[in-house]
Amino acid sequence: MDGKFKKIVIDNSDTIVHMWLDEIDSLKDGNYTSSITDELFENTNREFVNVIFSSIQKQGISISLEEFSEKLINLGWPLSYITDGLQVFRRVTVDYILSQSEQVDSTYISDVLRSVDLWVEPIIRQLVNEYSGSWEHIVSLQRVALQELSAPLIPVMDSITIMPLIGTIDTERAKLIMENLLEGVIRHNAEVVLIDITGVPVVDTMVAHHIIQAAEAVRLVGSTCILVGIRPEIAQTIVNLGIDLGKFPTKSSLRKGFTAALEITNRKIVDLEGKEESIEKMLDSLNGE
Amino acid sequence: MGLQSCININKEWDIVGARQMGRDIAKKIGFGTVDQARIATAISELARNIYLYAETGQICFEVIDTINQKGISMIAVDSGPGIRDISQVMEDGYSTSGGLGAGLPGVKRLMDEFDIKSEEGKGTEVRSIKYVR
Repeated sequence: MDGKFKKIVIDNSDTIVHMWLDEIDSLKDGNYTSSITDELFENTNREFVNVIFSSIQKQGISISLEEFSEKLINLGWPLSYITDGLQVFRRVTVDYILSQSEQVDSTYISDVLRSVDLWVEPIIRQLVNEYSGSWEHIVSLQRVALQELSAPLIPVMDSITIMPLIGTIDTERAKLIMENLLEGVIRHNAEVVLIDITGVPVVDTMVAHHIIQAAEAVRLVGSTCILVGIRPEIAQTIVNLGIDLGKFPTKSSLRKGFTAALEITNRKIVDLEGKEESIEKMLDSLNGE
Repeated sequence: MGLQSCININKEWDIVGARQMGRDIAKKIGFGTVDQARIATAISELARNIYLYAETGQICFEVIDTINQKGISMIAVDSGPGIRDISQVMEDGYSTSGGLGAGLPGVKRLMDEFDIKSEEGKGTEVRSIKYVR
């Protein structure tokens, strides 16, 4: 049975391709981005239909299918193009086979549907797998990239270290912050650590809890932790939530925190006497004579 | 009462999604930055409670727009284990998960109206409203 249908389809491939192209063209207006040019769209359609037919002929996944999916993924075509395309192909083919048969009953129709499904299914499966595989790959790459950014520690000067935090803090990141903080304090021999939360959008009880724990752990290893970058709205929500951050010093900006850190380590910033100033003084003294 | 939009909480990152959605709605209604932060924090607490204790649930936002008042209403629903003693969880510093225990009482202080219903073994529903001042 299957062989007969296949023969019909392959013998009349030109007609089916034509019908398919017509339907796909009508889909284009509504569904896909207008940035795809007509020429590219047409070429891709032709390639797509060739891939479908070659896979029907070879009965299975061909290399051309892999190449085609790779190309679509690289170009960033929507997955719906593929599913729509194959759906249309199925409809057109079933219609065509039925119109070519003289005697049609329900078993015949179900036979036709089954064999067309058998041709189309492996293609859908393969293409969808390739697409989702490429997405998973991207997500995993981004996760690694995010992890690299998540808890950096910057030793700015002797015994003062800064940890700037940007973005949402989740449980995993909180763990990383703690680990990096303690490891960094010991490695850089830091007396003071500044945790900068300017870039943290929301400080809820969980984030506060993790910060308190981290500060407590830093205190245990003999250093001081200063929380800096508390924006006014964050300060208000912390008060509303009733979180007690009184156990360690806090400052509104990194600059103030840094000055406080210098004080703790018995240092301060001194302006050097500028050259111009001394020249002015010289001129003044000359004028005075 | 205006449009309602809901977001499902299934994983930790959904908390961020819910927060973002709530903040966007709050911004559109015309809340100031401080109130936006309050709303976002409250959502964060409610969503985290769902994630921690019930694992899955839903947070719905509703825009309140009447002649007298404008505001945002949010409803956090889950069908988790429920809360036996509500007065206990509304106390500051009570936590079963080793947290700060400031979540629910904190939300009550962050928002203007707050209502919690819970039945053991059936689930919890928290409704809270913040008005534009």
